[in-house]
Amino acid sequence: MCLAIPMEIVELKGDDGSGPTAALVDSGGIRREVRLDIVDRLPNVGDYVIVHAGFAIHALTRADAEASLSLLRRMARQGA
Amino acid sequence: MSASFDTGLVDSLLVNLKGLAVRPMRFMEVCGTHTVSIFRSGLRSLIPEEIKLVSGPGCPVCVTDQGEIDAFIKVSRMSGVTIATFGDLVRVPGTSGSLAEARAEGADVKVVYSSMDALDIAIRQDDNKLIVFLAVGFETTIPGIAATIKEAKRASIGNFTIFPALKLMPPALCAILPGHKPYLDGLICPGHVSSIIGAGAYRPTARDFGLPCVIAGFEPAEMIAALILLARQAGEGRAEVENAYPKAVSWDGNSRAMRFMDEVFEPSDARWRGIGSIKDSGLTLKAGYGEFDARVRLGVEVKPATEPDGCLCGDIIKGMRSPQDCPFFRTRCTPVTPIGPCMVSSEGTCAAHYRYEKGFR
Ligand code: SF4
Repeated sequence: MCLAIPMEIVELKGDDGSGPTAALVDSGGIRREVRLDIVDRLPNVGDYVIVHAGFAIHALTRADAEASLSLLRRMARQGA
Repeated sequence: MSASFDTGLVDSLLVNLKGLAVRPMRFMEVCGTHTVSIFRSGLRSLIPEEIKLVSGPGCPVCVTDQGEIDAFIKVSRMSGVTIATFGDLVRVPGTSGSLAEARAEGADVKVVYSSMDALDIAIRQDDNKLIVFLAVGFETTIPGIAATIKEAKRASIGNFTIFPALKLMPPALCAILPGHKPYLDGLICPGHVSSIIGAGAYRPTARDFGLPCVIAGFEPAEMIAALILLARQAGEGRAEVENAYPKAVSWDGNSRAMRFMDEVFEPSDARWRGIGSIKDSGLTLKAGYGEFDARVRLGVEVKPATEPDGCLCGDIIKGMRSPQDCPFFRTRCTPVTPIGPCMVSSEGTCAAHYRYEKGFR
């Protein structure tokens, strides 16, 4: 039930007075709408979200994703 | 952005892992999505021989108690009810029949991707049927269901209910780990359950069971990185919580999502397939939301039921046995003719072995 890949925010939608309630997200051309009710922080267009069963559960920026990749690269270089 | 096509990265991480696998080590992947990712990526055949991976209790459909499955099927056969369910539940065999069979006999069973889709069905429905959403899932799924119920209450949707069969991961780990302690060297902790509850939630597990706990992502490089941290801890005799999936998991978790959970649900004892009742490992609707409980609205009870004869799903969920130990595996039990939920669910251990076993050693 989990989607492992973060999806990019293309458009923010709806407004309940405290901010957008949904977002259009994209991953490799596949687009869908997700709810933002329970996401840890409201994302901006161009940010990424981890989606589970129709809800964004975690928002990350491109920089967060790159930091995580460079951490892996560091672990690869470091040796045991 | 993705590490998945960076083969050089995977190779160097594997070399480092090899250097740390100084003795036989057994790690349990707690989460069903990890089980599938490990098989799909062929990781089992890439990692050093010293490292063995066992699957744990993290497939929500698999851990659903047989009595709960029977109750779902019973409700689907009631008149005036529409079932909305995640697809994986439809073919799970009950004591007699399945939701799929009930549907073939006329029951109204709709597959949804999200609890919000179930609420949409309730909003659009004009024939007065009661929508019953079969609420299975762990901490990743629960906040979204809570948000759906809050929305149903706000919009006064009277024909929407859920059948709560939700499960909490940390109490289940505490229930099964005593049986494992001597054989296990660490836990590959769930990625997205941990997004919600936070890495810090495993601190008691690491401390009380003396087990290294490392939160892992789902790409091959991310999973190998988690194994490196686990092997290093095991080698040095440490038992700490480490987070190898920082892009999705923080130490404290998603407080907004947890607030939704706390507002709508409170802990209750729950029965797990193969494990039995575990204190405070499930959730029930709080008093202010009781009208959304299908059990109350329909007067249905979950009755104890026996698991399919000969099926080892119970032991597989606990990580004590593997599908190859089951005489039915690949013979009488296949994804087309499943005997237990572990062969039905896309996250089930038997289904993963069946589909991807070529790379299995
Ligand atoms: S192979 Fe089938 S019968 Fe055997 S444990 Fe798995 S699901 Fe149960």
